[in-house]
Amino acid sequence: MSAQVRVAGVEFSYPDGRAALRGVDLVVESGERVAILGPNGAGKTTLALHLNGIYQPSSGTVTIGDLQVVEANFSEIRRRVGMVFQDSNDQLFMPKVRDDVAFGPANLGVTGAELEQRVQSALAAVGGEALADRPAHHLSGGERRRAALATVLAMDPDVLVFDEPSSDLDGAGRRELVSALSSLGLTQIVITHDLPLALELCPRAVIMREGRIVADGETRAMLVDATLLAENRLELPFGFQLGGPLEG
Amino acid sequence: MGTGHSHALYVHEHSPLHQLAPEAKIVAAFGLVVAIAVTPRQAVWAFAGYAVIAAGLVAMSRVGFRFVAIRLLAVAPFVVFALFIPFIATGETVEVWGMQLSVEGLWGMWNILAKAVLGASVSIVLTATTEIPEIIRGMGVLRVPVLFTSIAMFMVRYLELIADELRRTRLAMTSRGYAPRWLSQAAPIASAAGALFVRSYERGERVHAAMLSRGFTGTMPSIDDRRATSSEWAAALSLVALAAFVAIAAAMTS
Repeated sequence: MSAQVRVAGVEFSYPDGRAALRGVDLVVESGERVAILGPNGAGKTTLALHLNGIYQPSSGTVTIGDLQVVEANFSEIRRRVGMVFQDSNDQLFMPKVRDDVAFGPANLGVTGAELEQRVQSALAAVGGEALADRPAHHLSGGERRRAALATVLAMDPDVLVFDEPSSDLDGAGRRELVSALSSLGLTQIVITHDLPLALELCPRAVIMREGRIVADGETRAMLVDATLLAENRLELPFGFQLGGPLEG
Repeated sequence: MGTGHSHALYVHEHSPLHQLAPEAKIVAAFGLVVAIAVTPRQAVWAFAGYAVIAAGLVAMSRVGFRFVAIRLLAVAPFVVFALFIPFIATGETVEVWGMQLSVEGLWGMWNILAKAVLGASVSIVLTATTEIPEIIRGMGVLRVPVLFTSIAMFMVRYLELIADELRRTRLAMTSRGYAPRWLSQAAPIASAAGALFVRSYERGERVHAAMLSRGFTGTMPSIDDRRATSSEWAAALSLVALAAFVAIAAAMTS
């Protein structure tokens, strides 16, 4: 199952009064993969934390499938929206990977053999069966990232949200992540500075700046628009060449 | 990263003691330590009995007497302290190797030595056969408030990360020529500790967000519902009963 994500007119200010989101409208269709790009401080992570109600907008609405993100729906919303955080160490807080993967479904009331079954299949989905009994602080960056992904897959989500999924990965870890993500046919929202990753994973991208969405379109078309990239402090890695018809 | 503090105490084996449910082991160890602690010091035979029990547990655990002996160095400060007592205590004295030693002090020394070494041995066997997360789980089964077990669990999980951050901070300070010698140079250490505290606090907030995102509503879900069987309880409680018997007999005879 995957679900549509609809963000309508969302505004949000931090308790100190700093405006983080100044009216965000975004619709991500069911099964679509969208990258959210933009400079530091643009409000990308803040927007992500609105998708499962960790932050609640001062005005505007967020809807996942047919459910609005309001307190009464939090339990189901948090099942539907799997959030993979930037630092996997924040996501793996239990003594062993197995307990971490079980944490989400256990909160949903799953117990016993079914819980064990959920843990096994979530770990299998990321190729991490061998990680089950290992403590999180003994995993490599790539293993930790896959374990973190398993913790949300165990909740059987409809939407996956990633905050900088490739930030602490080496080349091979990054490739494993890309293949894991592209094999999961769910709605996916990927926040990243890693433009090649966005291009590889997401046909569509939006660019955020100062709490607003300033561009929305085909990822490839955006990445060849040097002016657009420069305006938003985005840069392709040195030597990176985009092939294809748009470059001429 | 290091090998992990949680592994320094644990010895990987497949002994019957390793397999025993943690809650039963905690009760047995606690009962045994209490019995040792309340036994009157004059009942030397009782301590011999406890020593036999402790040695039996070490043998059963297969962690090795050498391992236990090395871990026992942790009580060395108490032992050193105890060795001074006969020299500084007052009262009736007795001559040992040409030295006038206090009788009361010798009994005091014996009391500390026997109880520290035996009590520590039992704890060492417990931690060598039970991984720390299992001990915490066992405490949960024994109805230790979840606030304490959660704090212990997070500490086990994040202590190493915090130690790592501390190492990096020290490295960064040293790299910029910081080599403290005098107390007046201690200020940067205090501010580094403050920064570490703030960073840990922020991590706490992020971990909390990650927990909420997976449906956390304020109570830790029960993930591992294994419980000690009645035969495991029988084994643990018979050990406690044996120790209690020795302690009571010792109290009555001395």
